[in-house]
Amino acid sequence: MSFIVDRRLNGKNKSTVNRQRFLERYREHIRDAVDTAVNQRSIRDMERGERIIIPRKDLSEPQFHHGHGGRRSVVHPGNREFQQGDTIARPPGGGGGGGGDQASDQGEGLDDFAFELDPGEFLNFLFEGLALPNLVKRQLLGDTHSRIVHGGIVSQGNPSKINIVRSMRQASMRRRALSAAARRRLRDLQSEYDALLEQEQTIARQARLGELKEQIERLERRIKGIPYLDTVDLRYNHTVRQPIPMTRAVMFCIMDVSGSMSQEMKDLAKRFFLLLYLFLQRNYQYTEVVFVRHHTSAREVDEEEFFYSRETGGTIVSSALRLTADIIRERYPEDRWNIYAAQASDGDNWNDDSPACTRILQEELLPKMQYFSYIEIMPRRHQALWNSYMQLQQSMPGVFALQQIEGPGDIYPVFRELFRKRLEEH
Amino acid sequence: MADNETRPRRKAPLSETSEWNFDLIALYDREIARIAHERFGLDTFPNQIEVISSEQMMDAYSSVGMPVGYNHWSFGKQFVEVENLYRRGQMGLAYEIVINSNPCIAYLMEENTMPMQALVIAHACYGHNSFFKGNYLFRTWTDASAIIDYLVFARHYIAECEERHGVNAVEQMLDSCHALMNYGVDRYKRPYPISAETERNRQQEREASLQKQVSELWKTFPEMQPDIRRRQPTQRYPSEPQENLLYFIEKNAPLLEPWQREIVRIVRKMAQYFYPQRQTKVMNEGWATFWHYTLLHEMYDEGLVTEGFMLEFLQNHAQVVYQPPFDSPMYSGINPYALGFAMFRDLRRICEAPTEEDNIWFPEIAGSDWLSTLKFAMQSFKDESFIQQFLSPKVIRDLKLFAVLDDDAETHLEIRAIHNERGYQQVRQLLSEQYNLSIHEPNIQVYEAAVRGDRSLTLQHVRQDRRPLARDKAADVLRHLHRLWQFDVHLESVEDGRVLERLSIPAAAPEDADPA
Repeated sequence: MSFIVDRRLNGKNKSTVNRQRFLERYREHIRDAVDTAVNQRSIRDMERGERIIIPRKDLSEPQFHHGHGGRRSVVHPGNREFQQGDTIARPPGGGGGGGGDQASDQGEGLDDFAFELDPGEFLNFLFEGLALPNLVKRQLLGDTHSRIVHGGIVSQGNPSKINIVRSMRQASMRRRALSAAARRRLRDLQSEYDALLEQEQTIARQARLGELKEQIERLERRIKGIPYLDTVDLRYNHTVRQPIPMTRAVMFCIMDVSGSMSQEMKDLAKRFFLLLYLFLQRNYQYTEVVFVRHHTSAREVDEEEFFYSRETGGTIVSSALRLTADIIRERYPEDRWNIYAAQASDGDNWNDDSPACTRILQEELLPKMQYFSYIEIMPRRHQALWNSYMQLQQSMPGVFALQQIEGPGDIYPVFRELFRKRLEEH
Repeated sequence: MADNETRPRRKAPLSETSEWNFDLIALYDREIARIAHERFGLDTFPNQIEVISSEQMMDAYSSVGMPVGYNHWSFGKQFVEVENLYRRGQMGLAYEIVINSNPCIAYLMEENTMPMQALVIAHACYGHNSFFKGNYLFRTWTDASAIIDYLVFARHYIAECEERHGVNAVEQMLDSCHALMNYGVDRYKRPYPISAETERNRQQEREASLQKQVSELWKTFPEMQPDIRRRQPTQRYPSEPQENLLYFIEKNAPLLEPWQREIVRIVRKMAQYFYPQRQTKVMNEGWATFWHYTLLHEMYDEGLVTEGFMLEFLQNHAQVVYQPPFDSPMYSGINPYALGFAMFRDLRRICEAPTEEDNIWFPEIAGSDWLSTLKFAMQSFKDESFIQQFLSPKVIRDLKLFAVLDDDAETHLEIRAIHNERGYQQVRQLLSEQYNLSIHEPNIQVYEAAVRGDRSLTLQHVRQDRRPLARDKAADVLRHLHRLWQFDVHLESVEDGRVLERLSIPAAAPEDADPA
C-alpha cells in the first residue's frame, strides 16, 4: 500500500531560516571577506555575489575524535602487490595507510568552507547601517521608464483581453433595457388575460382572449428576439503605461593627479569611489558617473584614463571644481538629478587657490548637490586645502563632509563614517 | 528459486520511454510491491512516496532527511554547503532520502527518469523500508510511528524557547548538546518509546519535579572545612561510570533551567533515534541495494521493463556499488553500498551454489533457503556482527581487502593480512572492529561528579591501543560541556588504570580560586 504525494508545490525554502542563522553566526567572517573583496574589485564590477571563505576550523562543530598515534589497524580494498608481513613507509600526513576513513575527520581542518553570497546579500553586508544623506529628489523621467497598470474597462480591444464578467453584465443590461417596454406591456396584457379567464366566458370575452393571446405571443417573440450577446456588449480590460518617478543620480569623481599623488594614493581613491558608486546604485535606479581629473587644469576623462594614466605638474583644485560646475550646468540640471561628488586629493594645492575652492563650493556647487565628500589621502599633517574645507564643513554640515585616509585599512571605515545613518535625519 | 518454465509468459513493458508521470509511478510501485511482497515475502511499512524538486531535496539533505526539524545554524551551514556543491556541479544529489517512520516516507526527485524512479522505489520503499521494519536494532531502539510527532513537538518546543529566552541562548544550548550528541545514547537499555502527546504533558511535569530533584541532590553536601573532603574518601557519584553523557547532564547538571534540560533531552532523543542507522550503514545500504537489484531483475524477467530501462538502471547501479581501490584519488574509505551489496549477493550464492570453501566456512547456511537466510541476517545483526559472521573469503578476494597496522612505535606500516588463506580470518576480524562504534569512537564516560566537593565533573577516556584523543577538538567539546555543567570539567585519559593526561576547563586554575 503506497501513497504518492506531489510535494513539488510545497515551499522550497524550508532552509531559509537556517541559512540566515548561519550567515548571522558568521557575520564577522563574512564582513571581513566582504571588506577584502571590496578592495579587489573593479569599480563597475559589484553587481555580483561573492565567494565567502571561512576557515573550516572556525566552523567546526567539535566532537570527540581519536587523534594520531597509538596502534590501529585499518582494512582497505584494492590490494595489488602487498603480501602479509610487508612493511611500507608511512605516507606523509600520518594517516593510516593511504588515507584511511579517519582522514575525513582529521584532514578536514585544511579545507576552507566556501560558499556564495548572492549579490543582494553581498551588498547588504557591505552597506549595513549606512544611509545616503539628503536622499529625496525624485523626477519624472520621459518615456523610457514606465510600468503597465490596469487602466479600466474599454469597449474596444483585442480578444485576449476580453473581460467576460463585464461583457456579460453589459449584455444583461442591454437585454433588460431593450425589452423593458415590451415586458411592461406583456405584464399588463397577461394580467388582463388572467382576469378575463376568471370571469364567466362570453363570446365577446372569448374574442378578446384570443386577441390578447395573440398579442402576448407576439410580445414574447419580440423579447426572445433580442440577441443574448451582441458585439456592443463586449468589454475589454485596458492597460496603460504609466511613467514612474525615477530617481537618478550622477556622481562626480574628482581626483588630483598631480605629481604628488602616487599610484598607491590613486588606488586608495579608486576604492573609495567604487564604494560610493555602489552605494548610489543601491539607492537610485539609475546612476551616472563623471570622472574629472586635474592637476593645474581639469579634464573630463573615462574610467580607464582616470585611474591609470599619469600626469605631473602642480595642483590647482579649483580648476576641477569649476569644470564640475560647468558640467552640472550643461548636462545635469539640479532639479532633475541627485548630484553627489567625491573628491580625493593629497591635500596639496596652491595656497592662493584654496579660498577660491571654498568659494566655488559654497556658491556654485553645494547648493545644487546632495552631498560632497572630500577625502584627503595623506598620512602626514594636513595641507592648506583641509583647513579651508574645515571651515566650510562647519558652515554646511549636512552636505559637506571631509575625512582623512591614511592607508587601505581606512577606506571602508571612513566610508562608513561619512555615510553612517544619522539619527537626527530620520 | 522458481525455475523459468513455471513463470508466466513475458508481459508487456509498463512503459517504453524514460518519461515518468504519476500514473506510471503508481503502476511501477504496484508491480514492485507485488514482487516484493508476494514473491519474496518482504515485510514493509506502508509507503508514502513524495515527489519533490531538487531545491526541496537540498532542504531535505540539510535537515538530516527529516521532514520537520528545529532551526539551527548548523543545518543552514549544511544547506549552504550542499547548495554550493550542487550548483557548481561537484556533487549530484542522492537519488533518494528515506525516513524511518510509519508510513515510511521516501522522496523522489522530479528530475529523475522513470528507470531511476523505479530504482529508488525498489531501493527505498521496499529495501530500506523492510530493513527498518525488520532489523532488531530499529525494532528495539526507534519507534517509527511516533518519530514525526516527536519532531513536531521538538520544533515547537524549541521555537517556544527561542521566544521566551532568546535565539542566542537556545542556540548556545543546542551547540553544546550537538557537540556531545554521539555521547547521548544508551547502548544497552531500551529507551522509553517517544510519543508526542504524552511527551508534551510529561514535559511540564518533568520540568517541575526534575528541578526539585536536582536541588535535593546538591543539597546533600554538608558544610565543612574545604580540606576535609580530601581526607575522607566518600562514595563516588555516580557509583558506576555513565556512558550517556547527555542523560547524565539532563538529570544532574546543577544549574540548568528546566527548559535547558528539555533541550538536552530533545537532542538526546534525536541521537538515540539515529543510533541504529549509524550502526547499520553497510547492512542497510547493502540490503536496499541487493533488493533494488533483485526486484528490477525480476521485473525484467517478467518482461515488465525494457532493455533500455535495464541499461540505464545497471549503469546507475554500477556507479552506486563502485569501490575505488585504496590508492585511487577517489578513495575515501570502504563504500558501504559496495561492501553490503557484495556480502548479501554472496550470501545468496552460498545458499544457492555453495562451493567446497563455503561448506567449510559456512556449514550452517551453505545450501539453505537463501531467502530465509538473508532475512535472518538482515533481522538479527548490525554491521559489526554481520561482517564478523558473514564476510566470506570470496568477498575478501573480490574486493582484495587487506589490513594495515599503523603503530606509532614503529617507523613503518605493516601489512597484517591480505586476501589469502592465512589472512581471511584476520581481515574479517579487523574489518568487523572497524565498524564497531565503541572502538571507532573514543570511549568516554562520566567518572565522577564531585557532589561533595567543588561540583566539578570528571570524564574518563579509556584508551585502547594507546590511541589518544584529538586534543584541540576535545578541548572544544569540553568547553561545551562546561557550558552545560557550569562548574569545572576535567577529562582524564586513562590507560591500564593510570591517568596519562588531564584536560581541564577552565584550564587548571589555582586551588583558592574556588567560588564561595
